[in-house]
Amino acid sequence: MAETSALTTLLVAMLAGALRVSTPFLFVSLGECLTEKSGRINLGNEGVLVFGAMAAYAISYETGNPWIGVLAAAASGAVIGAIHAALCSLRRVSDIAMGIAIMLAGTGLAFFLGKPYVQPSAPLLPPIPLGFWSDVPQIRSALDVSPLFFLGLIVAGVLSWGFRATRIGLTIRIVGDSADAAKAMGLKIERIRILATAAGSALAGIGGAFLSLCYPGSWNEGLSSGQGLMAVALVVFARWNPLTCVAAALLFGAAGALGPSLQTVGITKGYYLFYAAPYVLTLVLMALTVVPGRTLKGMPGELSLTR
Amino acid sequence: MTAVPLDADRTDRPALPVSQPPADRTYPLRRALEAVLVPLAALLLAALGFCVFLLWLGKSPETFFSLLWRGAFGSWFSLQNTLVKASPLLLTALCVALPAQLGLVVIGGEGAVVLGGLAAAVAALPFVGLPAPIAWIAMAVAGMAAGGLWIGLTGWFRAARGLNETIVSLLLSYVAIALFNQLVEGPLRDPASLNKPSTYPIGEALALPTLFGSDLHPGLVVGVLACLAFWFLIYRTSFGFAARVTGGNIRAAEVQGLPVARLIILACVMGGACAGLAGSIQVAAVEGSANASLIAGYGYAGILIAFLARHNPLAIPPMAVLLGGISAGGGLIQRRMGLPDATVVVLQGLIFVAILTGETLYGRFAWFGPRAK
Repeated sequence: MAETSALTTLLVAMLAGALRVSTPFLFVSLGECLTEKSGRINLGNEGVLVFGAMAAYAISYETGNPWIGVLAAAASGAVIGAIHAALCSLRRVSDIAMGIAIMLAGTGLAFFLGKPYVQPSAPLLPPIPLGFWSDVPQIRSALDVSPLFFLGLIVAGVLSWGFRATRIGLTIRIVGDSADAAKAMGLKIERIRILATAAGSALAGIGGAFLSLCYPGSWNEGLSSGQGLMAVALVVFARWNPLTCVAAALLFGAAGALGPSLQTVGITKGYYLFYAAPYVLTLVLMALTVVPGRTLKGMPGELSLTR
Repeated sequence: MTAVPLDADRTDRPALPVSQPPADRTYPLRRALEAVLVPLAALLLAALGFCVFLLWLGKSPETFFSLLWRGAFGSWFSLQNTLVKASPLLLTALCVALPAQLGLVVIGGEGAVVLGGLAAAVAALPFVGLPAPIAWIAMAVAGMAAGGLWIGLTGWFRAARGLNETIVSLLLSYVAIALFNQLVEGPLRDPASLNKPSTYPIGEALALPTLFGSDLHPGLVVGVLACLAFWFLIYRTSFGFAARVTGGNIRAAEVQGLPVARLIILACVMGGACAGLAGSIQVAAVEGSANASLIAGYGYAGILIAFLARHNPLAIPPMAVLLGGISAGGGLIQRRMGLPDATVVVLQGLIFVAILTGETLYGRFAWFGPRAK
């Protein structure tokens, strides 16, 4: 077999990283996109992600079936999201501040309830080996893709179609764009927002399940490093379009894999700085794409985020 | 500086909980009472909720709260422990409370603490062997500059580019921690620090003294003085007035010709300087060098305290003592009741949610004054 050059190794490692690391970004950003389309913002998705990871791992360990774990993560996400949304619909309660509070409470609860599951190993979701055609081990392992990644792609497609062509999708968009118009149509604004936030948080919970059941594939307290919060920035970058969320998530996955990939080809200088790559990338993209004084295309009018 | 595209056409945005109750001078005393009673009720509710949680786990709430009290305020030893834990929180809470006067939610104080501590540890090295006060000033200035720059950058992104300050400050906080790790593991590392990478120690001679033979250090005094100073700045100066007008209604502030962008950046720089100072005091008084112990969540606890205090600097010290007490008591609870260390975080999270939910109660009861809309 021909020896693979450093560049090929690097590219394969980045591709593998993009496919692996992007899935939680994908789910959280799709969930956040759904929530924001209804006019609410949920910073609590960071807490949902961590809690979902814990719930998925614990339930997978207890039942022996990782898919039940994924369901548990989605369900717990929906509950947390519904609580967040219900509290935010009270007068004078700020959704940004409440999101931070929910994030703290969610991570605290996850660490508390998940303590007994740090040691035992739960059954994980088996990856789909798409690299069977190749005999290069790097490519084979790079193309071991989690089934949740494909689920994410399907969800992105369904959301995109739903927002465009279904009654539910249009209702969510109206509520998010103009509360006045929604009121005039007799829509129950708060109820729709609570449902949209619960559904969005359920998706974020599945993103958490990926962290503990696929990659890195264990439960511990350092599992999430702000993916749930970066999703908020990612949605701005993706212009509230579910399909663009996929591209954005892949880009972030690749950025996150930059440090470890460089390490595999022997570049270790600045290792910790490469950890910052996804955050810097988010910041640069936001600074470049947000134009002062102009409403972004696709931005829900009722959103308090970009104001 | 370009115009600030803030909430130009939005009037129904939920207001940030800023310390002043709805403008009304009819019943100042009753309004003041409302500002005390509502958070107290929320605290009580959070404690009750936590009791339910403990009962569900089969643990005794009575033991929990009595141990918490003993570990936090029960003896001179535990009180000192509480005050030492509260010291940095006074300053990191200001990092949230100052920008909040302008309606900004800045949650990246952790990054400013970490970089402030690192800058202080580096700034102290040329002064080894010189009189300590000179080194202390250098450390304080370096810490404040690093922290001010970091959160000021957030303010700049907000003012000049219209980015959401919550997200930007958080992203910058992660960048700061990566930068810190890179520098402490790399060029600034003391080769003698084997297991725990640290910068070169500042040495006994430059360490801040403890107060009156106790464990307390000057950080407590500095923090309280800073809270007093910023209370004066916010409520008794024209700068503070301009900031509060901007926080109340940005459109009105722009129409009045207030320098909104400059106010935003200035408030962020001042807040960041406080957090940076907190980091440098931790290095000078507690750690002796910059190492991973600085990444202990001081910045995040500050967010909680600032919201508990409704961004009023005078309410920050009692809230910081409360939070410091909860974390000081946490250790005792962990040992005696066999509960994980995250128990305290659950309690904090519940308190946070309850306090924010309590916002909805302000202006609801006619007794406290005319109903707000």
